[in-house]
Amino acid sequence: MTAGHPEYGAGVAAPADGAAFTLRGVSQEREGVRILDGVDLGIQTGRVTALIGPSGSGKTSLLRLLNRLDDPTAGEIRFRDRRFVDVPVRELRCRVGFVAQLPVMFPGTVRDNLSEAAQVVSAPEHELDARVARAIALAQLDPALLDRDAERLSVGQQRRVTIARALMTAPEALLLDEPTAGLDPPTAGRLLETVKRLVRDSGLTVLFATHRLEEARAASDETVVLTNGRVAHCGPTERVLAPGGPAAHLSFSAGSDET
Amino acid sequence: MIAAAQAPQWLGRPLADVSWPELGLAAGLVLIAVGISRWQGAGLGRQLLWGAARTVVQLLLVGYVLVFVFDLDRWYLVLAALAVMVAVAAATAARRQDRPDARLHGLMALAILVGSGFTLVYVGGFVVSVDPWYNPRYLIPLFGMIVGNAMNGATLAAERLSGEISARRGEIEAYLALGAGVARASREPGRRAFRAALIPTVNNLMVVGIVALPGMMTGQILSGESPLLAVRYQIVVMFMLAGAVAVTSALTTLWYRRRFFTAAEQLVVPPAA
Repeated sequence: MTAGHPEYGAGVAAPADGAAFTLRGVSQEREGVRILDGVDLGIQTGRVTALIGPSGSGKTSLLRLLNRLDDPTAGEIRFRDRRFVDVPVRELRCRVGFVAQLPVMFPGTVRDNLSEAAQVVSAPEHELDARVARAIALAQLDPALLDRDAERLSVGQQRRVTIARALMTAPEALLLDEPTAGLDPPTAGRLLETVKRLVRDSGLTVLFATHRLEEARAASDETVVLTNGRVAHCGPTERVLAPGGPAAHLSFSAGSDET
Repeated sequence: MIAAAQAPQWLGRPLADVSWPELGLAAGLVLIAVGISRWQGAGLGRQLLWGAARTVVQLLLVGYVLVFVFDLDRWYLVLAALAVMVAVAAATAARRQDRPDARLHGLMALAILVGSGFTLVYVGGFVVSVDPWYNPRYLIPLFGMIVGNAMNGATLAAERLSGEISARRGEIEAYLALGAGVARASREPGRRAFRAALIPTVNNLMVVGIVALPGMMTGQILSGESPLLAVRYQIVVMFMLAGAVAVTSALTTLWYRRRFFTAAEQLVVPPAA
């Protein structure tokens, strides 16, 4: 990994172990509305980055771009210094897991959900059990749930299923869109703990969107503040969100739960 | 043949002629329908009359065209007639969809052509030996029935596919996000669209002869054919329609779903028209 990228200069942190994602001048428009507006950003490898901003600030749109569910209307995205458009899209999506805000269960049991994801990457049959074991351990999903009907689980459990499912393809990075939406505070706290452990134990790069400053404080190493589709602040969480720091005065929480 | 041993006296008598004045008398039934519509305030009088007029003109024209094609008895005229049938069916099926552009017309035409053409060749080649191969007396009515059903299959399949894909966005993108291809991500919408397209055909197979006597069989019986032969023809027709609808619907769901995805396998659901 190179130390930073000469082309991306100011505002983009250049950690020793390199950037997982580099965005330069990324904009997106949908039906004439500009959702992202010239985003320059580096997301560091092996760390937890919180993407914070109010509803409609473009958090979901940005995460979708990084899984290539959408393409930007302008600008360039790189993954490990390869241009997105040069990486075969299915390979990219296997390597960059995306967990949508609303958990969608595939038909069948939790185990069916996980093996479905393994089939996508054509994981060998004999590896399946090991993969499942690793994924549910990392997602801290109760093994007793494996043979339960996925549709009947609670939202919190389903969220963990979607995280475990995304881990089945052995991704290098994981994108989580509002992972705590709809969870009560204790459950949300435990999920964030899981995310932190995930990075510590597996070296994954995690980018998660939230509109709660306290979640960014609790779980992230880096914080990116997005407002109106632009990067307002970015850097180490303890600096960006420090009392008296650049983003300390922000508050998006009140009633802005995106669903 | 069953009927050959002792031919019943009703067999083979020519169909009673319908003269022009008699046709005019039949129109009295339409006038009765118009009268009832007025009385009920249904406001369908004009449409009934317009529909009846179209029926007369369209069927008379088709009658003359058929006489013309039968008389000339040329293979290229027969094929041209079949091509027109496919084109009209494709346009009708495509017009029912949200974005009836040229590509959709082409897709529908190809699906209907392959589904119907395959069935016609199969039946004409192996089941009902048609001589010469282009004999319009067989090919045109058989193909008409096939294409009509294939058209309905294509219409239902496309309509349902579009609805299912919109309704299952989340599931489709969950598959795509894992790195699954379009085929896997849209398997469930495709399955449901195919089912929806085939259900009317399956229903018909179930109730034919009990709930409804099919038109072709009725026609054969009216024209003096033995009901036993008419029934055998009808069985062939039912199987033929099942084959054509299945092939056409499968091709429609297979090809049409591609239009909801970009080359980079991203789902694009257009806003409902």
